[in-house]
Amino acid sequence: MADIYRALADATRRVLLDELAAGEGKTLFELCGALTMQHGLSMSRQAVSQHLAVLEEAGLVTTERRGRSKFHYFTPEPLAEIQRRWPHERTPS
Amino acid sequence: MKIGLTSVFVDDQPHARRFYTEVLGFQIKHDIPLGEASWLTVVSPEDPEGTELLLEPSGHPAVKPYRDALMEDGIPLAQFQVEDVAAEHERLTGLNVQFTQSPTDIRTAVIAVFDDTCGNLIQLVATKESAGE
Repeated sequence: MADIYRALADATRRVLLDELAAGEGKTLFELCGALTMQHGLSMSRQAVSQHLAVLEEAGLVTTERRGRSKFHYFTPEPLAEIQRRWPHERTPS
Repeated sequence: MKIGLTSVFVDDQPHARRFYTEVLGFQIKHDIPLGEASWLTVVSPEDPEGTELLLEPSGHPAVKPYRDALMEDGIPLAQFQVEDVAAEHERLTGLNVQFTQSPTDIRTAVIAVFDDTCGNLIQLVATKESAGE
Protein backbone atom coordinates (compact mmCIF):
# COMPACT_ATOMS: atom_id res chain seq x y z
CA MET A 1 0.00 0.00 0.00
CA ALA A 2 1.29 3.44 -0.91
CA ASP A 3 2.25 5.91 1.75
CA ILE A 4 -0.73 7.56 3.46
CA TYR A 5 1.55 10.28 4.84
CA ARG A 6 2.57 11.36 1.36
CA ALA A 7 -1.06 11.21 0.26
CA LEU A 8 -2.12 13.48 3.13
CA ALA A 9 0.81 15.88 2.75
CA ASP A 10 -0.87 17.95 0.06
CA ALA A 11 -3.53 20.60 0.71
CA THR A 12 -5.46 19.85 -2.49
CA ARG A 13 -5.64 16.16 -1.64
CA ARG A 14 -6.92 16.99 1.84
CA VAL A 15 -9.65 19.16 0.28
CA LEU A 16 -10.57 16.29 -2.05
CA LEU A 17 -10.94 14.02 0.98
CA ASP A 18 -13.11 16.68 2.69
CA GLU A 19 -15.36 16.77 -0.37
CA LEU A 20 -15.62 12.98 -0.56
CA ALA A 21 -16.06 12.52 3.21
CA ALA A 22 -18.98 14.97 3.07
CA GLY A 23 -21.24 12.82 0.98
CA GLU A 24 -22.05 10.37 -1.74
CA GLY A 25 -19.76 9.24 -4.54
CA LYS A 26 -18.56 11.96 -6.87
CA THR A 27 -17.34 12.00 -10.47
CA LEU A 28 -14.14 13.72 -11.55
CA PHE A 29 -16.30 16.44 -13.10
CA GLU A 30 -18.12 17.12 -9.84
CA LEU A 31 -14.87 17.18 -7.84
CA CYS A 32 -13.27 19.63 -10.28
CA GLY A 33 -16.32 21.86 -9.99
CA ALA A 34 -16.20 21.76 -6.19
CA LEU A 35 -12.49 22.62 -6.12
CA THR A 36 -13.01 25.58 -8.42
CA MET A 37 -16.30 26.94 -7.15
CA GLN A 38 -16.21 26.11 -3.42
CA HIS A 39 -12.49 26.20 -2.66
CA GLY A 40 -11.05 28.63 -5.22
CA LEU A 41 -8.59 25.97 -6.38
CA SER A 42 -8.41 26.13 -10.13
CA MET A 43 -6.46 23.37 -11.79
CA SER A 44 -6.70 21.11 -14.79
CA ARG A 45 -8.85 17.99 -14.70
CA GLN A 46 -5.69 16.04 -15.37
CA ALA A 47 -4.05 17.43 -12.24
CA VAL A 48 -7.11 16.55 -10.15
CA SER A 49 -7.10 13.09 -11.68
CA GLN A 50 -3.45 12.63 -10.64
CA HIS A 51 -4.21 13.72 -7.06
CA LEU A 52 -7.06 11.20 -6.96
CA ALA A 53 -4.71 8.49 -8.21
CA VAL A 54 -2.33 9.15 -5.28
CA LEU A 55 -5.24 8.95 -2.82
CA GLU A 56 -6.46 5.76 -4.46
CA GLU A 57 -2.99 4.18 -4.26
CA ALA A 58 -2.90 4.98 -0.56
CA GLY A 59 -6.27 3.29 -0.11
CA LEU A 60 -7.97 6.50 1.00
CA VAL A 61 -10.18 6.65 -2.08
CA THR A 62 -11.93 3.82 -3.89
CA THR A 63 -13.78 4.03 -7.16
CA GLU A 64 -16.91 2.31 -8.30
CA ARG A 65 -18.62 2.27 -11.66
CA ARG A 66 -22.30 3.10 -11.69
CA GLY A 67 -23.70 2.91 -15.18
CA ARG A 68 -20.90 4.16 -17.40
CA SER A 69 -19.49 6.72 -15.00
CA LYS A 70 -16.83 6.35 -12.33
CA PHE A 71 -17.56 7.53 -8.79
CA HIS A 72 -15.01 8.22 -6.06
CA TYR A 73 -15.57 7.39 -2.39
CA PHE A 74 -13.59 8.18 0.78
CA THR A 75 -12.35 5.08 2.60
CA PRO A 76 -10.96 6.08 6.02
CA GLU A 77 -9.66 2.62 7.05
CA PRO A 78 -5.96 3.31 6.28
CA LEU A 79 -6.07 6.21 8.76
CA ALA A 80 -6.25 3.64 11.58
CA GLU A 81 -2.52 3.11 10.93
CA ILE A 82 -1.84 6.51 12.52
CA GLN A 83 -3.74 5.57 15.67
CA ARG A 84 -2.01 2.18 15.85
CA ARG A 85 1.43 3.71 15.46
CA TRP A 86 0.96 6.51 17.96
CA PRO A 87 -1.75 5.29 20.30
CA HIS A 88 -3.60 8.07 21.97
CA GLU A 89 -4.84 7.20 25.44
CA ARG A 90 -7.75 9.32 26.50
CA THR A 91 -7.46 10.48 30.09
CA PRO A 92 -10.73 10.05 31.96
CA SER A 93 -12.20 13.42 32.79
CA MET B 1 -23.07 35.64 -36.26
CA LYS B 2 -25.24 33.51 -34.00
CA ILE B 3 -25.50 29.89 -33.02
CA GLY B 4 -28.48 28.39 -34.84
CA LEU B 5 -27.81 24.71 -34.30
CA THR B 6 -25.60 22.52 -32.21
CA SER B 7 -25.51 18.76 -31.90
CA VAL B 8 -25.14 15.75 -29.67
CA PHE B 9 -24.42 12.23 -30.88
CA VAL B 10 -27.09 9.67 -30.07
CA ASP B 11 -26.84 5.88 -30.15
CA ASP B 12 -30.28 5.33 -31.60
CA GLN B 13 -32.32 8.04 -33.26
CA PRO B 14 -35.83 6.64 -32.64
CA HIS B 15 -34.97 6.18 -28.97
CA ALA B 16 -33.39 9.64 -28.78
CA ARG B 17 -36.46 11.13 -30.40
CA ARG B 18 -38.64 9.64 -27.65
CA PHE B 19 -36.33 10.63 -24.82
CA TYR B 20 -35.79 14.19 -25.99
CA THR B 21 -39.50 14.80 -26.63
CA GLU B 22 -41.44 12.62 -24.18
CA VAL B 23 -39.05 12.79 -21.23
CA LEU B 24 -37.26 16.11 -21.63
CA GLY B 25 -40.18 17.87 -23.30
CA PHE B 26 -38.54 19.29 -26.43
CA GLN B 27 -40.42 19.33 -29.75
CA ILE B 28 -39.34 18.08 -33.16
CA LYS B 29 -38.33 20.86 -35.51
CA HIS B 30 -37.03 18.87 -38.48
CA ASP B 31 -37.20 15.19 -39.27
CA ILE B 32 -35.85 14.74 -42.79
CA PRO B 33 -35.02 11.17 -43.90
CA LEU B 34 -31.45 10.85 -45.15
CA GLY B 35 -30.81 7.26 -46.12
CA GLU B 36 -30.76 5.13 -42.96
CA ALA B 37 -30.81 8.10 -40.62
CA SER B 38 -32.65 11.39 -40.40
CA TRP B 39 -31.78 15.01 -40.07
CA LEU B 40 -33.50 15.14 -36.70
CA THR B 41 -33.56 18.35 -34.70
CA VAL B 42 -35.43 19.44 -31.59
CA VAL B 43 -36.19 22.83 -30.08
CA SER B 44 -37.54 23.99 -26.76
CA PRO B 45 -41.30 24.74 -26.71
CA GLU B 46 -40.27 27.83 -24.72
CA ASP B 47 -38.27 29.04 -27.74
CA PRO B 48 -39.44 27.23 -30.91
CA GLU B 49 -37.52 29.59 -33.17
CA GLY B 50 -34.41 29.34 -31.00
CA THR B 51 -31.31 27.18 -31.19
CA GLU B 52 -31.92 23.72 -32.62
CA LEU B 53 -30.30 20.61 -31.22
CA LEU B 54 -29.35 18.05 -33.84
CA LEU B 55 -29.60 14.44 -32.66
CA GLU B 56 -26.84 13.02 -34.78
CA PRO B 57 -26.18 9.28 -35.28
CA SER B 58 -23.11 8.09 -33.36
CA GLY B 59 -21.86 5.66 -35.99
CA HIS B 60 -18.48 7.28 -36.66
CA PRO B 61 -15.74 5.15 -35.03
CA ALA B 62 -14.23 8.15 -33.23
CA VAL B 63 -17.45 8.85 -31.35
CA LYS B 64 -17.49 5.89 -28.97
CA PRO B 65 -14.04 6.31 -27.38
CA TYR B 66 -14.57 10.06 -27.16
CA ARG B 67 -17.91 9.77 -25.42
CA ASP B 68 -16.93 6.80 -23.23
CA ALA B 69 -13.99 8.75 -21.81
CA LEU B 70 -16.13 11.81 -21.03
CA MET B 71 -18.91 9.68 -19.57
CA GLU B 72 -16.42 7.90 -17.29
CA ASP B 73 -15.24 11.21 -15.84
CA GLY B 74 -18.78 12.57 -15.52
CA ILE B 75 -18.28 15.36 -18.05
CA PRO B 76 -21.47 16.67 -19.69
CA LEU B 77 -21.62 17.27 -23.44
CA ALA B 78 -24.44 19.81 -23.46
CA GLN B 79 -26.08 22.16 -21.06
CA PHE B 80 -29.79 22.95 -20.82
CA GLN B 81 -31.24 25.90 -18.95
CA VAL B 82 -34.12 25.41 -16.53
CA GLU B 83 -35.93 27.61 -14.02
CA ASP B 84 -35.50 25.26 -11.08
CA VAL B 85 -32.92 22.49 -11.07
CA ALA B 86 -34.29 20.80 -7.92
CA ALA B 87 -37.78 20.58 -9.45
CA GLU B 88 -36.43 19.16 -12.73
CA HIS B 89 -34.29 16.69 -10.80
CA GLU B 90 -37.38 15.48 -8.96
CA ARG B 91 -39.49 15.30 -12.12
CA LEU B 92 -36.83 13.44 -14.13
CA THR B 93 -35.91 11.10 -11.27
CA GLY B 94 -39.61 10.18 -11.17
CA LEU B 95 -39.26 9.19 -14.84
CA ASN B 96 -36.28 6.93 -13.99
CA VAL B 97 -33.64 9.29 -15.35
CA GLN B 98 -30.30 8.64 -13.65
CA PHE B 99 -28.32 11.58 -12.31
CA THR B 100 -24.53 11.42 -11.92
CA GLN B 101 -24.57 14.68 -9.97
CA SER B 102 -27.40 15.77 -7.70
CA PRO B 103 -28.42 19.45 -7.68
CA THR B 104 -25.36 21.37 -6.55
CA ASP B 105 -25.16 25.04 -5.62
CA ILE B 106 -22.07 26.55 -7.21
CA ARG B 107 -22.82 30.08 -5.93
CA THR B 108 -23.54 31.65 -9.34
CA ALA B 109 -25.91 28.85 -10.37
CA VAL B 110 -27.39 25.52 -9.42
CA ILE B 111 -26.34 22.60 -11.59
CA ALA B 112 -27.03 18.88 -11.90
CA VAL B 113 -25.93 16.22 -14.40
CA PHE B 114 -27.99 13.38 -15.85
CA ASP B 115 -27.58 10.52 -18.32
CA ASP B 116 -29.64 11.08 -21.48
CA THR B 117 -29.76 7.29 -22.19
CA CYS B 118 -28.40 8.07 -25.67
CA GLY B 119 -24.72 8.04 -24.64
CA ASN B 120 -24.32 11.54 -23.20
CA LEU B 121 -24.29 13.31 -19.90
CA ILE B 122 -26.27 16.56 -19.89
CA GLN B 123 -25.93 19.38 -17.41
CA LEU B 124 -28.95 21.27 -16.14
CA VAL B 125 -28.28 24.80 -15.03
CA ALA B 126 -30.36 27.48 -13.36
CA THR B 127 -28.42 30.72 -13.23
CA LYS B 128 -29.08 32.83 -10.18
CA GLU B 129 -30.55 36.17 -11.16
CA SER B 130 -28.29 38.19 -8.92
CA ALA B 131 -25.18 36.47 -10.27
CA GLY B 132 -23.14 37.81 -13.13
CA GLU B 133 -25.07 41.06 -13.46
